[in-house]
Amino acid sequence: MKIQPYNNRDWKSHPPYLYEAYGSSVKRGPLQKLVPITQTLSEITGPLFSDIKLEQGEADLTRSAQTGIEAMGERIIVVGKVMDEDEKPIRNTVIEIWQANAAGRYQHPVDQHNAPLDPNFIGAGRCVTNDKGEYRFLTIKPGAYPWLNHANAWRPAHIHLSLFGPSLVTRLVTQFFFPGDPLISLDPILNSIPTKSGRRRLIAAYAHDVTEPEFALGYRFDIVLRGRQATPFEKSGR
Amino acid sequence: MKQTPSQTVGPFYSIGLTRQTTNVLVSDATEGQRIGIEGQILDGDGKPVPDAMVEVWQANAYGRYHHPDDKQEKPLDQSFTGWGRSGTDKNGFYSFETIKPGQVPGAGDSAQAPHVNVTVFARGMLVHAYTRIYFADEPANANDRVLNSIKNKARRQTLIATGEKKDGKAVYRFDIRLQGDRETVFFDM
Ligand SMILES: [Fe+3]
Repeated sequence: MKIQPYNNRDWKSHPPYLYEAYGSSVKRGPLQKLVPITQTLSEITGPLFSDIKLEQGEADLTRSAQTGIEAMGERIIVVGKVMDEDEKPIRNTVIEIWQANAAGRYQHPVDQHNAPLDPNFIGAGRCVTNDKGEYRFLTIKPGAYPWLNHANAWRPAHIHLSLFGPSLVTRLVTQFFFPGDPLISLDPILNSIPTKSGRRRLIAAYAHDVTEPEFALGYRFDIVLRGRQATPFEKSGR
Repeated sequence: MKQTPSQTVGPFYSIGLTRQTTNVLVSDATEGQRIGIEGQILDGDGKPVPDAMVEVWQANAYGRYHHPDDKQEKPLDQSFTGWGRSGTDKNGFYSFETIKPGQVPGAGDSAQAPHVNVTVFARGMLVHAYTRIYFADEPANANDRVLNSIKNKARRQTLIATGEKKDGKAVYRFDIRLQGDRETVFFDM
């Protein structure tokens, strides 16, 4: 059986497992050299969720499904395109997001930050990309929050995202940030990315064409998953 | 276009990723031998990791993946997608209810031993890690190319789950050690 493999992970774009300034990586990042695998059916396949049925409103985090009441905070519209390294759109792929509320607190028992919870904001959403690979969420701009990594440590406002793409190897979990946030340059999680261009790619752009008058500001965050090699068995040209 | 960089799932991923139950891959209609898979995720000090997440992806009982790029002439089981996700509990345990996968072809059309593909995420892991679960009672392990590519036999053992019968069902134990002298083999793929 012919296997058309995907490109390798680009380690100039991704962080290393061990990045000492991010304290939790020190005991949790694998230290042994990764063992190379020749991609087989096991790697080039993956979950597609082609039968997934989203509930109405899963891409709208601003309104509680139970009460119908609006969450507090600044409404934002987040749009973007999911594509591969050859700029081909990735259609019909599931995106899951989660985030803190406007005050910088997660609806999670472990989060004990002394900031108010909002009963109308859970902070989770899902959507599926359309035929052009596009997605759209309506949500609340998350607040910055403190964490215990170092003295006076604050995470810049961010939204977490999880994507699958067409195969096991295209899996990606990441997070994006907001332009102009003064905490960005101080964040060890973002700074774990080895290149400046890589770090820049996790900052969404303000998008005036997405902004809706009298309603919400728009942001654009495009996502690039691994591309596929042109010829079966050809070595990666990277 | 350059790949979008990976970031950690952080400590609060359960809000977005594990609110629904996704660790049961089987229904009554699923074909194949029912098995459980469970284990603990441990950090470099041997301490359980309570905020990790495991995803599994596997072939059906005939050895075919539920995916259009798997064009083998084997039956598809419409009641089995082969995907599951489990968070870890406060003691670092994850678990799945699934079936034993069949054999799928590997490099050079060799037959791979039955295996489950695993992706590991955690607070503290900036990039997810890929590994595989093999089963100790499978003679095909001896000829599996991926297992044999791991020259250090002690390290190879980190990919082998051992089974025991619990209430008549085989339950396989597969611990994942992120670091340490028995660090699990993770793949670059
Ligand atoms: Fe966060």
